[in-house]
Amino acid sequence: MNLSHHLDDATLLALASGTIPHAHGIVAAAHVSMCPVCAKALRQAEAIGGGLLGDSGTEPVSDMARAATLASLDGVAPATRKARAKSELPAALDFALGGIALDQIKWKKKAPGVAMYDVPMPKGSTSALKLLSIGPGRAMPEHGHGGEELTLVLKGSYSDHMGTFRAGDVADLDDSIEHTPVADAGETCICLVAVEAPTRFKSVWARVMQPFIGI
Amino acid sequence: MPRLQANRLMMPKLDRDTVLADHLAQALNRVAQSRDRQAFATLFDHFAPRIKFFLMRKGSTSEQAEDLVQEAMISLWSKASLYSPEKGSVATWVFTIARNLRIDRLRRERAQLYETLEDFDAEDETASAHDVMARAQEDTAVTKALAQIPEEQRQLLILSYVDDVPQSEIAQRLKIPLGTVKSRMRLGYQRLRKLLEQIS
Repeated sequence: MNLSHHLDDATLLALASGTIPHAHGIVAAAHVSMCPVCAKALRQAEAIGGGLLGDSGTEPVSDMARAATLASLDGVAPATRKARAKSELPAALDFALGGIALDQIKWKKKAPGVAMYDVPMPKGSTSALKLLSIGPGRAMPEHGHGGEELTLVLKGSYSDHMGTFRAGDVADLDDSIEHTPVADAGETCICLVAVEAPTRFKSVWARVMQPFIGI
Repeated sequence: MPRLQANRLMMPKLDRDTVLADHLAQALNRVAQSRDRQAFATLFDHFAPRIKFFLMRKGSTSEQAEDLVQEAMISLWSKASLYSPEKGSVATWVFTIARNLRIDRLRRERAQLYETLEDFDAEDETASAHDVMARAQEDTAVTKALAQIPEEQRQLLILSYVDDVPQSEIAQRLKIPLGTVKSRMRLGYQRLRKLLEQIS
C-alpha cells in the first residue's frame, strides 16, 4: 500500500523502545502493518535496542538461575507461528476490539452523521482509544483533551489543512497543532484515534489557559 | 542501580563485534535446527547478563530480573526456529523478546500488540542475501554510530531504550519541553539511520 502520511520518528522510537502509551501503540502498530516504509523504519529503530542491549553493560546472573533455565528446557515445546484469522481490520486493532467487526460496533451518536465508540483499554492506561464514524461532509467532533493525538483512517477519507488522509494514512500530531478534519464526500469516514487520558493533564486552569499562553 | 558502561559506547567498532554477531547467529541456528543445548548455553551466557542489566536499569530487583531473564531465555529456546535474519541481528531479536516480556508483566494486552507485528513482518518482508548480511550487522553499526551522535541525543535514546522512560516523563525529568525531547530523538535516530543505510 502506498501511503502519504506516516508516523513521526519520535513515535516509532517510542513504539520500538516499548515506552509508547497503549492506545497510541495500537494505532501505530496498525499503521505499521499497512505501511512498508514505517515497517522498515521500525525495524531500524529496534536495531537501536539490539545495539544498546549488546553494549550497555552486564549484571552477573546467578548459577542457580542458569541451572534452573537449562533444566527446564526439556519441557518446552518449539513454538509455531500462530495462524491469525483474516479480518478486514489491522491485527492490532482486531485484537483490541476482541474480534468484533466494524459493522457490529455499538456506536454512540454524537451529532447528526457522527458517532463514536470507546475501545476498552486495560486498567490504569494513560491513553484512550476511540473509533469515530463521520458521515460525508461532516466535521470530526471534539474527541481529545489536547496532548498527543494519533489518528488512523480505516475507511473513507478526510481532509484538513494538512491534506487528504485516506485509508491507512496516519495523522501524528502533538498538542501544538489544531486540526478540524472534514470527511470527504461520497463515503462515511471511519477513524481510529488515540488520545492521552484526561488525568494526564495537570489542571483545568492549564487547559483553559493553553490557547492563550501556548503551554 | 547498575551503571552504564559509557566508555564501551565510545570504543571504535572492532571486527570482533562482527565475529561475535556471527557466532551468536550460528548458535541460534543450532538451537533452531537441532535443539543444541550447548549452543543454548552459549546464548545464555552472552545474553542473560545483558538482559538482567537492562531490567535492573528499568527498576527491577535482582530476583525479579532473574525471573524475567529465565523467561526470556526459555522463550528464545522455544522460538528459535521463528527467528528470521531479515528482521535484524540476533541481539535485536533478543531485545524485542525481552521488551515484549517486560511489557507483558505490566499489561498482558500490550505485549500481544507487538506479536501482531511479528506475524506481519514474517509474511511481508522480502530481503536479498545482501540485505540479510547487512541487517545482521545493524546493531554493531548502531553501537558505532551511537558513539558519533551528540551526547544530548544519545542520552535521550538511552533513557528510552535502557531506562524505559516515556518521552513525556523524560521532558519532566530533564525540565525541557516535550517538543525538544522529540526533536533531539528524531535527530539522533535520523543520524543513525543514515549510518545504517551506508552499510546496506
